[in-house]
Amino acid sequence: MSNKERHKLIEVNNLRKYFPVKVGFNKKQFVHAVEDVSMFIYKGETLGLVGESGCGKTTLGRTIIRLHKPTSGQIMYDETPIYDSEKKLYANMIPYRRKMQIIFQDPSASLDPRMTVGEIIGEALDIHKLYQGNKERKDRINSLLDSVGLNTEHSNRFPHEFSGGQQQRIGIARALAVEPEFIVCDEPISALDVSIQSQVVNMLEDLQEKLKLTYLFIAHDISVVRHISNRIGVMYLGSLIELTDSYELYKNPLHPYTKTLLSAVPLPDPEKNKTRNRIILEGDIPSPINPPSGCKFHTRCPYAKEKCSKVIPQLKEYENGHFVACHRVKEI
Amino acid sequence: MIWYIIKRIGFAILTVLVVITIVFFLMNAIPGSPFLTEKSTPQQIELANIKYGLDKPLLVQLKNYIVNYLKGDFGTSLKMQEGAPVRDIIFRQGKFALSIKLGLISLALAVIIGIPIGCISAYKRGTWIDGLLRVVSTIGVAVPTFVLASELLITFAVNRTWFPVNSGSLTSFKSYVLPVLSLSFYYLCSIAKRTRTSMLDAINQDYIRTAKAKGVKTRWIIIKHALRNSLVPVVTYLGPVLAGIITGSLVVESTFGIPGLGRYFVQSILNRDYPIIMATTVILAVLVIFTNLLVDIAYKIIDPRINISSSEEI
Repeated sequence: MSNKERHKLIEVNNLRKYFPVKVGFNKKQFVHAVEDVSMFIYKGETLGLVGESGCGKTTLGRTIIRLHKPTSGQIMYDETPIYDSEKKLYANMIPYRRKMQIIFQDPSASLDPRMTVGEIIGEALDIHKLYQGNKERKDRINSLLDSVGLNTEHSNRFPHEFSGGQQQRIGIARALAVEPEFIVCDEPISALDVSIQSQVVNMLEDLQEKLKLTYLFIAHDISVVRHISNRIGVMYLGSLIELTDSYELYKNPLHPYTKTLLSAVPLPDPEKNKTRNRIILEGDIPSPINPPSGCKFHTRCPYAKEKCSKVIPQLKEYENGHFVACHRVKEI
Repeated sequence: MIWYIIKRIGFAILTVLVVITIVFFLMNAIPGSPFLTEKSTPQQIELANIKYGLDKPLLVQLKNYIVNYLKGDFGTSLKMQEGAPVRDIIFRQGKFALSIKLGLISLALAVIIGIPIGCISAYKRGTWIDGLLRVVSTIGVAVPTFVLASELLITFAVNRTWFPVNSGSLTSFKSYVLPVLSLSFYYLCSIAKRTRTSMLDAINQDYIRTAKAKGVKTRWIIIKHALRNSLVPVVTYLGPVLAGIITGSLVVESTFGIPGLGRYFVQSILNRDYPIIMATTVILAVLVIFTNLLVDIAYKIIDPRINISSSEEI
C-alpha cells in the first residue's frame, strides 16, 4: 500500500506551543517549545520522534492529545478537527480521551501513590463507563493486568510496591484500559534498566499488533526508535526538521543535524566506533526563549550560508515520503 | 492496628504521669502560697497547709496526687471555690464542656472553610482571586487574637448591636458568632495557607497529568487526586491546633465574658490553686495526646502507604 492511500489518524498543521516565563520583574517572555510543526501519523504505524533534551518532543506529544493547551495551529483526529486556532475550536476532549492515550516517562511519579493498582486502572473504566456491573469491572481490570504481564492479585497493591518495569506495565495497562486507538509513548523506557527496556518495547510491539494501535514513540535513544518505528521525525529546538521512513533515515539522512545525530550513536564494534567519522557540533543548543532567526540550526551548522539565518526553511518533501527542512539540502 | 492503639494508650498514661510530675515541681518552684494574703498570720497559713497536706515533703505530696488521680479524685479547690471538689468545678459547672464546644465549632469552621480556600487559591494560582485570598490569610495569621476579638466586639456588638456584648454561656446562636469568628480566624487562615502550599506541590505532580489523560474532570482531579495527596501536612497541623484552640481560648473567653476552662485556668495559676492547676493541665495533656493519636490514625486513612504499626515489625 503506498503512503498516499493510507489513512491519516492524526494530522497536525502549524502547531505551536509557547510557555510563558517571567523574566526580571514584570517582563513576560515565551519559551518556544513547539514551533510551527506540521505532520501526520498513519493509522497503525509507529512514528518515532527523536531529538536532544529540551527540543520539544514531549511537549509536541502532549499537545497533540491536548494535555497542554496549544498556542495556535490545528490538530485533527481521524479527519475531525479537535483543535483549530483560526476557528477558535476547542473540542470537548472527554470522548477523545478514550481514543488517545499516553504512557508517561516516569512510571512511579505518574501513578497516584494513594490508589491501588485496581483503582488506578478502574478509574479510567469508571469515567468512560466501560463496564456493566462490578464483576465485569473486575474481570476487565484482571484481563488488563494479564495483558501487560502482571498477576491479578497485584490489583490490591499500591504503586510503590512495584519495580520500575512493573510500574511502567501498570502505566501501560492504565492507558490500554479505555481501548484507545492512538497512544503517545512519551519516553516510556528511558527510566528503566536496559534489560527491562527490551521487555517493555517488545510488549508494546505485541500489543500494537494485537490491538491495532497507532503509536507516537518519543525517545532520545535513537537505536530504540529505529527498532520500533516505521517512520522517524527529528526535532531540533521545537521544529520538525526531517521526517521519513526509519530505514531511509539511517541510510540517507539529509539534514545536517540528523547526520550529526546519527554519527553520535555508539556502534557495537569498538574498533569501528573509534575510527569512524564523527561530526562534532560547535557551541551549545541556543535558548528556546530567543531562538535564532531563519533556520534554527544555522548557529551550529557547518554548511550555513547567509540565507539560512534569514529565511525559515519549510518542511518539504524532497524525495518520495522523505521530508526535510533545509535550504541547502540539494548542495550538501 | 488494635495492638498499636493499646500500646499508644499505655504510652499516653506514662506521658500523663511525667506531665503531672513536671507541673507539680514547677508549681512548687514558684514562690508564694495559696493562703498568703495581707491579713493572714503565719499561724493561719500553717494551719491551712496542714489541713490540705501541704506541710508534708514534696515527694509525699506528689505520691498522694498520683494515687488520688488514679482513683479519679482530683482533690478540692484551695481558694477559688474553697472546699468544692475540682471535678465538679471543671465538669459539672460546664466549664470544660463550654470550652470544648467553642473550640470544636471553631475548629470545624476553620477546617470546613480553610481547606477549600486553600484549594481555590492553589488552583487559581497567580490570578487576582489567589492574590486576594493570600493577602487576607496573611493578615489573618498576623493579627493577634485579642486585637481581632476587641475589634469585632466594638464593631458588631457595641457600635452596632447586632450581637450580644457578653456571650455568657453561649445559649443562643447569636452569642456564638463573634467568639467563634475570633477564635477560628487565625487557624482558618493558617490552614488555608498550608493547604495552598501542599496543594501546589500536588498539582504539579505527574499523576495529576495521568488523571487528566484518563479524562477525569478537573473538579474530581482536585478532590480525588490532588487534595487527598496534599492533606497529610494539614492533618499533622490539626493535632496541635485542636489542643491550642481549646487552651488558647483564654483571650476570647475573657473578651466575650465566657466562663470557660481557658479563663479559669489562668485565674487558678494567679491564685495558686494547686489542685485546679493540676487538674486542668492533666485534662489538656490527655487532650493533646488523644488528638495526636487520632491524627496518626487519620494518616493511615489518608495515605495507605503509611504503616503506623511498622515499628513492631522492625
